Amino acid sequence: MRHGPLVFLAAFFALAVSWFGFVLTPQVQIGRPVQETNTVPGMKSLYPVGRPGLARQGAEVYRANGCAYCHSQQVQQNNTLVNVVLTDAGTNTMALASLMNELLPGRNYNGPSVGAGLPKTILTNAPIDKATVLAKNLKPAGGIAQLHLVPVGPDIERGWGMRRSVAEDFVADATALPGSLRVGPDLANEGARHRDANWQLVHLYSPAAVTPKSPMPAYKFLFEKKKIGNDASPDALPLTGDLKPADGYEIVPKTEAKALLAYLESLNSDTPLYEAPLTVAPPPKTNAPAAATNAPTK
Amino acid sequence: MTASSTTSSASDSISIAEIDASCRVPLFQLFVSSAVWLVLASVFALLASLKFHSPTFLDNCAALTYGRVHPVATNALIYGFGVQAGLGVALWVIARLGMTRVAQPWLIAVGAKLWNFGLLIGVIGILAGDNTGFENLEIPRYGVVFLFLGYLLMAIFILATLNYRKERLLGPSQWFLLAALFWFPWIYFTANYLLLSHTPVRGITQSIIAWWYSGNLNLVWFGLVGLGIIFHFIQQWMNRPLYSRHLAAFTFWTILLFASWSGVPSSAPVPAWIPSLSTVGTVLTVITALSVMINIRKTCGHGCSQTENPAPGKFIAFGTMAFVIAWLLNALGSVPGVNSVTNLTWYGVGVWQLNIFGFFAMTVIGAIYQIVPQVTGIEWPCLKSPKRHYWLAAFGVILIVAPLVIGGIVEGFNWRNVKMADVDVARNAANFIKVTTIGELALLVGNLMLLGNLIGLSVRYYKLHFVPAYKGAVAEIKPAEVKP
Repeated sequence: MRHGPLVFLAAFFALAVSWFGFVLTPQVQIGRPVQETNTVPGMKSLYPVGRPGLARQGAEVYRANGCAYCHSQQVQQNNTLVNVVLTDAGTNTMALASLMNELLPGRNYNGPSVGAGLPKTILTNAPIDKATVLAKNLKPAGGIAQLHLVPVGPDIERGWGMRRSVAEDFVADATALPGSLRVGPDLANEGARHRDANWQLVHLYSPAAVTPKSPMPAYKFLFEKKKIGNDASPDALPLTGDLKPADGYEIVPKTEAKALLAYLESLNSDTPLYEAPLTVAPPPKTNAPAAATNAPTK
Repeated sequence: MTASSTTSSASDSISIAEIDASCRVPLFQLFVSSAVWLVLASVFALLASLKFHSPTFLDNCAALTYGRVHPVATNALIYGFGVQAGLGVALWVIARLGMTRVAQPWLIAVGAKLWNFGLLIGVIGILAGDNTGFENLEIPRYGVVFLFLGYLLMAIFILATLNYRKERLLGPSQWFLLAALFWFPWIYFTANYLLLSHTPVRGITQSIIAWWYSGNLNLVWFGLVGLGIIFHFIQQWMNRPLYSRHLAAFTFWTILLFASWSGVPSSAPVPAWIPSLSTVGTVLTVITALSVMINIRKTCGHGCSQTENPAPGKFIAFGTMAFVIAWLLNALGSVPGVNSVTNLTWYGVGVWQLNIFGFFAMTVIGAIYQIVPQVTGIEWPCLKSPKRHYWLAAFGVILIVAPLVIGGIVEGFNWRNVKMADVDVARNAANFIKVTTIGELALLVGNLMLLGNLIGLSVRYYKLHFVPAYKGAVAEIKPAEVKP
């Protein structure tokens, strides 16, 4: 082979290109992640928040037992749509009502009904350009509208999260576990579902007990059977039917199970970010004075 | 070395029998241990699939939970069988094509020992809960060190064998094997160093590196070695060179340039350019698959009619077909519209199985059935079992891959159907997985046949060579004692 060394170098280079592309460049771009205050305005909080100690131990249990082979932690999003919310009807409600009837065919607003029950959503899940035009057109008639961003997609409809997962969601973890297969549901926001702790533990002990016919394997080795002492343990699982241990015994979670529970409860990535924006509904208005809360006042 | 002058003069006429004999020690070591790992991989894969029949099966034992059994099965298949047996066949092909003896066969065997030791402690580590959490890289640090050293030792002397070749011109199979030999330590070191050292990279960058590694291992490494072996045997059996050397070179460059970018799923929570680039690379591997198909079709002409082939030919023909289908399905699954359905479903697992078992393992098993009798000069103890193994393996692969691919597509549509409850989607998919249990069982029986045959052959070899040698040695000593 006359050009042997040259061909060898070329092959070496061809393979090295992918190394530069997928090892070096991502490390330069996102390899030194830090917690940042790049949550959308108004939140002003650090994201992501580090997990508490027990949840960190739980992440190790999750990793060691290969939970990631069946549960992904990456919410998908197809699109971002917009809700148009009318916040102020202005003074000339008659004019606004007729304008809105014109812009939104099929509606039948009249003066008083436009101004009632504000803020109210007048257009849901619209493409962003259509929503922007509507909000702009309402302005001359005195109507003020807000645009609320709504991420959409099957995962979000399933309640697996409010927005897609992004690189930042994994900053706080020692091992990133995005998963590659969904045998069961996505867990990126398991903590946001606020399930009962006992539900989670019984589900780990025997998934079919709380989700009938679930194909998830049981994790009985995370629990132990104990003889009840003077008093029943406060941690004992509320088991019924076949699962109930013999009289005088109880099933209590080991440290691993408690840690795993803490980890599952800590899974929450619903915070709006610049790269994955969404509009969070404002907290319900109360009549309590602001000073009565612990929130810092400006 | 005093004998160097005599060997160099005699080496001009090394016989094929001499070359084969020089491969014997490392090949025995590599093939027998890889057959053991292959059986272990099937046992663990069977255990994992049984979990879908009964979620409470062995639920009291932490070491036998699905999330530990499953990675042991994949690691035993990839590292125990795939890489190890692939290196063995590569060694034999390189020695044969170069018309030279193997350099330092004993050191290659030592390298294989290190590799097996590393894998053994790694697998025990996974069962004990030391899984690193990165797919295809689950083996903990203490196992990786031995695997890496073992690989280096084997690869260095395989390269030395290549360097000593008498036939200087390198053919297509040698390009493929040479590139693979160099590429593995690079990707393996990079991935393990960056993920498992004391200061690993952080955040999702870990996953990007793991995906890059998986793509390079599953497509580039197994693709290069498997095709190198296929090209060699086709040329040997058809007794003619490949239809087009240029087309083979084209295949080679498309693997290096395109397949090395595959692996990052399009849904990955990373900056969008990364999955986009990966998708482009993966889709372009279609030309790799097509170029291989054309080249082999044209080389074989009408000679590839499968029915008359002996068992090794059947295995390799199946491997070639599986290669083309697996790479086409893999590219198809990464096309954006299709990917939104197939991503994160069993589809990917099915394609992976087709690539690793259907293509690579079948090819290498065929090569083992062909090589071992030549190298030892002994026929297989059970002559019918290679053919039976072929039918079992082909049946097994189809029964594993078809349910996974179809089930994956169904699962993808089900996840998009928001009205269907999570548990119903999971149960529906699990029904497809239950079918694969039959396939896993067929593979296990077939793999046991391979192991049994190898053990039987070793016993024959032992009886034929060691027993007479031992008796001869003992017989020589006895008269010496009697004499005075």
